Amino acid sequence: MGQSHSLTINGRSLSVSLDDPDTPLLYVLRNEVGLHGPRFGCGLGQCGSCTVHVDGQAVRSCVTPLSSLKPEAKIVTLEGLGTPEAPHPVQAAFVEEQAAQCGYCINGMIMTSAALLKDKPKPSEAEIRQALVGNLCRCGTHARIVRAVQRAAASL
Amino acid sequence: MPNSQLSRRSLLQGGAIIVGFTLSRALPAMAGTAPSKPVALDEVDSYLALERDGSAIIYSGKVDLGTGVRTALTQMAADELDLPLSRVRVIQGDTALTPDQGPTYGSLSIQNGGTQIRTAAATARRKLIQLASERLGTPMDALVTKDGRVAPAAGGEGIAYAELLKDGHFALKLDKDAPSKNPDDFSLVGKSVPRLDIPAKIYATFTYMQDVMLPGMLHGRVIRPPAIEARLTGVDEASVAGIPGLVKVVREGDFLGVVATSEWAAIKAAQKLSATWSKAETLPEQAKLWEHVRATPVVKEDTTSNVGDADGAMAQAARKLKATYDFAIHTHGSIGPSCAVAQPEGDALTVWTASQMTHALRTQLSAMFSLPPEKVRCIYVEGSGCYGRNGHEDAAADAAILARAVGKPVRVQWSRADEHGWDPKGPPTLIDLSAGLDDKGAVTAWSSQFHIPVGAAGTVPLVAATLAGLPHETALAPGNIVHNSAIPYGFPNVKTVCRRLATTPLRPSWIRTPGRMQNTFANEAFLDECAAAAGIDPLEYRLRSLNDPRGIEVLKRLAALAKWESRPSPKGEGKEAGGDVQTGRGLSYVKYELYRTYVAALAEVEVERSSGTIRAKRVFVVQDCGQIINPDGVRNQIEGNVIQTVSRVLKEEVMFDRSRVTSTDWASYPILTFPEVPEIVMELIDRPRDKPWGAGEPSAAVIPSAISNAVYDAIGLRLRSVPFTPEKVKTALQRT
Repeated sequence: MGQSHSLTINGRSLSVSLDDPDTPLLYVLRNEVGLHGPRFGCGLGQCGSCTVHVDGQAVRSCVTPLSSLKPEAKIVTLEGLGTPEAPHPVQAAFVEEQAAQCGYCINGMIMTSAALLKDKPKPSEAEIRQALVGNLCRCGTHARIVRAVQRAAASL
Repeated sequence: MPNSQLSRRSLLQGGAIIVGFTLSRALPAMAGTAPSKPVALDEVDSYLALERDGSAIIYSGKVDLGTGVRTALTQMAADELDLPLSRVRVIQGDTALTPDQGPTYGSLSIQNGGTQIRTAAATARRKLIQLASERLGTPMDALVTKDGRVAPAAGGEGIAYAELLKDGHFALKLDKDAPSKNPDDFSLVGKSVPRLDIPAKIYATFTYMQDVMLPGMLHGRVIRPPAIEARLTGVDEASVAGIPGLVKVVREGDFLGVVATSEWAAIKAAQKLSATWSKAETLPEQAKLWEHVRATPVVKEDTTSNVGDADGAMAQAARKLKATYDFAIHTHGSIGPSCAVAQPEGDALTVWTASQMTHALRTQLSAMFSLPPEKVRCIYVEGSGCYGRNGHEDAAADAAILARAVGKPVRVQWSRADEHGWDPKGPPTLIDLSAGLDDKGAVTAWSSQFHIPVGAAGTVPLVAATLAGLPHETALAPGNIVHNSAIPYGFPNVKTVCRRLATTPLRPSWIRTPGRMQNTFANEAFLDECAAAAGIDPLEYRLRSLNDPRGIEVLKRLAALAKWESRPSPKGEGKEAGGDVQTGRGLSYVKYELYRTYVAALAEVEVERSSGTIRAKRVFVVQDCGQIINPDGVRNQIEGNVIQTVSRVLKEEVMFDRSRVTSTDWASYPILTFPEVPEIVMELIDRPRDKPWGAGEPSAAVIPSAISNAVYDAIGLRLRSVPFTPEKVKTALQRT
C-alpha cells in the first residue's frame, strides 16, 4: 500500500499515493499529476529538461526524490508559470522570438530563465548565457533563447 | 474514449481539486480501424481532403521533426488552395492515412514532400474551378479562387469549395501540369509565418511522443547487454521480486526488458535486475581506430567523379600536396531519449512513434513479428529532435516486443545511457587527398579516396529484432554518404573514389548532413591547404575555379557580409606578435549534393595557445535554397546547423572500449553550452520562381572546414581530425 504525500503544485494542494517515497518528483508530476511541462532528458541532472521551481528556485526534478521535499514546498511547473491568456513574460518572449525547434528542452530554458529574472531582472548577455550553462539544447536554438530572455528582461 | 489518464495507483485525494490539473491530451489518432482512404502517391485524395466546414486536411508522409516543416507545408498547401492558414491542418506520418512519401531525411521535406502536396493542391484547385465553371456557366479562365471559394473574376459571391465537392473527395490523379499559383500571387509562401507548434510547446500543451498515454498502459524499460554481441546466459528474476508494480520480466533471446505499472518501478527494476552475459570484445581499440578503418576489407569502389587524367596530371605537377583527414564517430544526442508506445490487438499492432520513417518502420515491424503489413499501423507523434535515424525506431520495436509479451499497451522510454550507448552512430570517416599545382599555384590534379562503410540510406536493423533473433536486416545503412565526395570546382583533372568498407565499428546510420559534412570538411580544408601553398587568397582561389553563377553569388555576398579582407592565409602574426589568444577567419563553400542548395560560410575563431581551446566567435552564412517557403524557418534551421555543427566539430567524439560505448551521458559526451555558442550573421537569397530546395542540412556541411580554415588562419596550424579538442591543438602546437 502506498504512502500518501501532500504537495502544493501550481498553487493547488493535492496528495498522491506512492509505493516508493524516493520516486523522483519528475515522475510524480508527469505520471501521477499529468503535468507534462517537465520532461525526462537524462535522469542525471545534466541537461535541465526536467526543471521546475521549488519555492522559487530552479530545481532538477529528475534527481529530486519526493521524500526530500518539505510538505509545504511550493512547486511550480511550466503549466503553472503562465498560460496563453496570462503568459509569464518569459513565455511571451519565447513565442515572440520563435525560440524553439523541437522544443523538448524549452521547459528547462523557460523555467531556468524565469528563476534568473526573479533574482536578477536585468542580466547581461553573458549572465544569461552563464545562467543557462547547465541547460542543453541539441537543435541549436541557443541564440534565439538568449534573445528571448533579453526580450523578457526588457519587458519587466 | 479518454485520451489521457492518471495512473490507477495514484489515489488523488480531494478528487475535485485535481480536475484542473488533468490535461486531456488528444492523441493524433487512436488505434484500431482507421477511416479508409487512398494513400497511393498518384492520387489527390491521398494528400488532401476537404471537410464539410470548408477546411482542408493535408496528409503528409513527411513529418515535422521539430524543424517547422508542418508550418511550411501548411503554408504551401493553404496558399495553393487559397485557404486561410487556420483552415488547413496537417496529419503526418500515419501509415493508415498518409502516402508513403519516403523518410523525413536528406533535406527533402519541402523539396519533394512539399512539392507533391503542392501538386495535389494545384490539381485539386483546378478541379474546383472546373466544377464551379459547370455550375455557374462561366469559363474556367474567368474564375478565381479566394478564401475557400471559387468566384467570377469579374465579381460575385461564387461557390464555397465544400459545396462544389459534396463528399470531399476528388477521385483524381495528381497532375504535375496542373497550373501552380503564380509566385507573384503567393500570400503565405515566402512569409515568416509564426510556427504553428511553438505556442503549445511554450505553454506545455503540446503532446510529444513522450507524453502519449493510453488507457491501461504499462511502462517498459530495456536492459541492454553490457557488451555488443554478448549473449544473455541467465536472468535472476528474484533480484527484482520485491519491486511493487513489477508486472513481468521479458526475455526473448538476448533481448531483456521489464514491464511495470509505473514508470519509476520499471526504471528501478531495469536497474536492479541481475543478469549474466557472455564476454564479447568485437570493437577495435579506439586508439587504433584509423588503422582499423584503413585495414577494413573494401567491398567495392564507387568512383564519384573522373575528369581528365588525375594520375597523369599529378605526376606532371610542379608541386604536390597530400593530406589525410578524419572525422570521429558521432551520436545524435537527442535531448529526450527515444520513446514509443505499442498496443497489441489480437494479431494486429499499433505503434505510436517519433520515427522519421513510419512506413519503413511498419515494414520492419511486420517482418520482425511475421505479421502482414496491413496488420501493423505506425502513427507519428513528434518527439525530441532526432537529426537523423536515432533510436526512435528501436524504441518502437522495444515497445512492441514488450507489449506483445504482456498483451497490453506498453510505453518505453530509453534511459540516457540507452540513448548514448545504443542509438546508431555516424560512422568514422577517413579521407586521403592529394593535389597537384602548377607553377602559378592552380590545381591541375585533384585525387581523393574516402574510406567509408558500404550501404546507402535504407533501413537500419532494429536492436530488439537483432537481440531477440527475430527477422531483421543485416546490411549496413549509413546513409547516402558518398554525396559531396566529388567537388564543385572545375579543375582539369579530378578523380574521387569512395572505397566502401565491409564493416564499421558500431551500428551506423545517418546523422544530419551524413557524408556531405565529412566529405566537405576534407575537400574544403584541403582546398584551403592548396590556396595557402599557392599563397593566394582563399576566396579568390575558389572563385577562379567556379563557373556556377549561383555559387559565385553566395561567395561574393558572403565576402560583402563578412567584410572579407583579401589576403592569403595564415594571417601570419606568429606566436610573438599575437600573444596567447590569436584570431583567424576561414571560408567554406558547398553546392549540396552538387545539384542543389548553395551555402558559403565564414567562421571567425579565437585560439588560446596555452590551453589549446578554440572559440567560435562569429559565423557568417549566405544560403541560396531556391524558393523560400518561410524565411524565419530557414533562419532557424541555419542557426541550428551552425550551432550543432560547431558542437560536433569542437567537442564531440563517441568513446568506446573493446566491448561497448563508454560515453553514455552528457559528462562523457559533452556538447556545446550557452557560453560557447557563436554569434550567427546570415543572409538568405530567395528565388521565388525557382524550385524550393532543402534547408535542414546544407549549412552544416560547411562548418567543420570553415573552422579548420580559421584556425589555420589564426595560428598556421592545420587541423585535419574532428573533433578539434584542446588536447589535439596543444599537441600540434608543441610539434611546431
